[in-house]
Amino acid sequence: MARSTSQLYLDGVSVSFDGFKAINDLSLTIDPGEMRAIIGPNGAGKTTMMDIITGKTRPDTGEVFFNGVIDLTGEDEASIAELGIGRKFQKPTVFESHTVWDNLELSLKAPRGPFATLFHVITSAEKKRIEELLELIRLNEKRDELAANLSHGQKQWLEIGMLLAQDPKLLLVDEPAAGMTDAETAETAELLKEIAKDHSVVVVEHDMDFVRSLGVKVTVLHEGSVLAEGSLDHVSADERVVEVYLGR
Amino acid sequence: MMTSFLFRAMDARAGIFLALLAAVILLVPAGNLLVPEDSPFHVPTYAVALMGKYLTYALLALSVDLVWGFCGILSLGHAAFFALGGYAMGMYLMRQIGSRGVYGDPILPDFMVFLNWDALPWFWYGFDMFWFAALMVVLVPGALAFVFGWFAFRSRVTGVYLSIITQALTYALLLAFFRNDMGFGGNNGLTDFKDILGFDIQADTTRAALFAASGIALGLCYIICRAITRSKLGKVLVAVRDAESRTRFLGYRVEHYKLFVWTISAMMAGIAGALYVPQVGIINPGEFAPANSIEVVIWVAVGGRGTLVGAVLGAVLVNFAKTWFTAVLPDIWLFALGGLFVVVTLFLPKGIVGTVSQGWTALKQRKVSASAESGSGTPPTAPPQSPAAPANIAGPGKGKPLSSEPQPAE
Repeated sequence: MARSTSQLYLDGVSVSFDGFKAINDLSLTIDPGEMRAIIGPNGAGKTTMMDIITGKTRPDTGEVFFNGVIDLTGEDEASIAELGIGRKFQKPTVFESHTVWDNLELSLKAPRGPFATLFHVITSAEKKRIEELLELIRLNEKRDELAANLSHGQKQWLEIGMLLAQDPKLLLVDEPAAGMTDAETAETAELLKEIAKDHSVVVVEHDMDFVRSLGVKVTVLHEGSVLAEGSLDHVSADERVVEVYLGR
Repeated sequence: MMTSFLFRAMDARAGIFLALLAAVILLVPAGNLLVPEDSPFHVPTYAVALMGKYLTYALLALSVDLVWGFCGILSLGHAAFFALGGYAMGMYLMRQIGSRGVYGDPILPDFMVFLNWDALPWFWYGFDMFWFAALMVVLVPGALAFVFGWFAFRSRVTGVYLSIITQALTYALLLAFFRNDMGFGGNNGLTDFKDILGFDIQADTTRAALFAASGIALGLCYIICRAITRSKLGKVLVAVRDAESRTRFLGYRVEHYKLFVWTISAMMAGIAGALYVPQVGIINPGEFAPANSIEVVIWVAVGGRGTLVGAVLGAVLVNFAKTWFTAVLPDIWLFALGGLFVVVTLFLPKGIVGTVSQGWTALKQRKVSASAESGSGTPPTAPPQSPAAPANIAGPGKGKPLSSEPQPAE
């Protein structure tokens, strides 16, 4: 596999918690501009993989490289976010006592130091960008609402908006359609496809219809390593995949 | 840059608070110095000193509110910074006594002569100069807070664990300052002060000036706190309070933010202590007692966490009650204080100011929607929180921001 041309490169990554191997010799490559869906049964290590990429968990062994050259295992969450990896959590996590607008303003790409933010005055370019994002995530009407008062689906969208505000190169999206209605799910799929035009995206999802509507390459995780990879039809035809996951 | 930074601090609420404070700063000393003693408007000197003490407590509460209300760091050791600032001021006041002490030594304070010390310890050098002592009042608590915070926040110690080690910090200092060979007067602390900047510390005019200085310090620190909490940095602090790890994944280095606000807060506590000592005339290790720090937290909780004004109000009200109770019913004060904390936690979780401003917003909202329903007036589009008004969780928005209220540290 070509590390130098990849956006994200994991090779032989393992991590265990109290003897339980959450990730076992996982290797995965995401190309620049690629959208990838990751599926797998509960406990397959999907969230742990995201934790490793974003610096929350350190792998016991293995290599994790971003942009082919940056070793992520030596960085912490804040510097990985600064490098251009954004993450959306499974449970929507927005700042509930801030307004929708403030949530986006905090996420906007800008100097992150305490003194930079202390004297920060919002620029017209930043305002314009927030307006654009509000339009995109359809929360224009709710801009002054506290994030706590949003519905579940709106929180999910706000978090996607916050992710975009960071202007990352790679987006890690954990179960974006969880708890959404069918209509919202379809809209979310459209939004992600839109985003994937100029970003690399990794989507973890349970919902097969959702994954199908994305129409991208799929990686199946099982017991912490890659079980199969290819189009959804291809992996669905794989007997082992059917056995562990689809053959419910 | 600086002007926009300070300009941000001002709005109607801040204006009202500062105007009230200015009135107090002017009227209380005037009532003491200018009004004849037989007038009903005369303010007795003991009352000036007492209210001056309240103002320094209010500043201490303000500093606790800055870290607890906005950043979720529940400090149970802020009295340590207060006492350190107080000791720095006390050392200056001791050096001012000169040869007027009981033993008449021109250099050594009485307790050192009593302990048969023949020279001033190195850490007492420079405290004969006011500017040096004033610098130490902010630098010593600031440095301690910086070092403590550096290790604690970098190791990601949060919540109850952090609260417990702040208690340990103040308790350790309590034990250390009790020791005679520390060189700070041991059990008795520093007292018998004669004058400050050449003025007799007992004089009415000096007391009035100290009162005014406490009020001005409170006002300035309030403006600084307000400017901090309404800046983008303030929004990050609230974000840290509500969802610390989310803030990290946005690229903010949470430990730097905590360290910044923690150190600023400790410096303010130090200033409060420095103004407290000349007004009460003594500083001893008792000020480090863990119970003192806990009491400060109660003041803030009563007044309203994360509102700044509430901290000031809470400190003044609770201490006024304490003064009254300890005179009339001295035995039940601690029960009353404990009961107050329980009642506030159960029935006023937002404190006095938080509850009032929530009620006010709800009332306004109801009026707007009522007039919209009846067809007159404008539709309820005006939001209580506009994007231009930066993060201030004081005005809890419309609706039911159930989970948006300040959460306990853990």
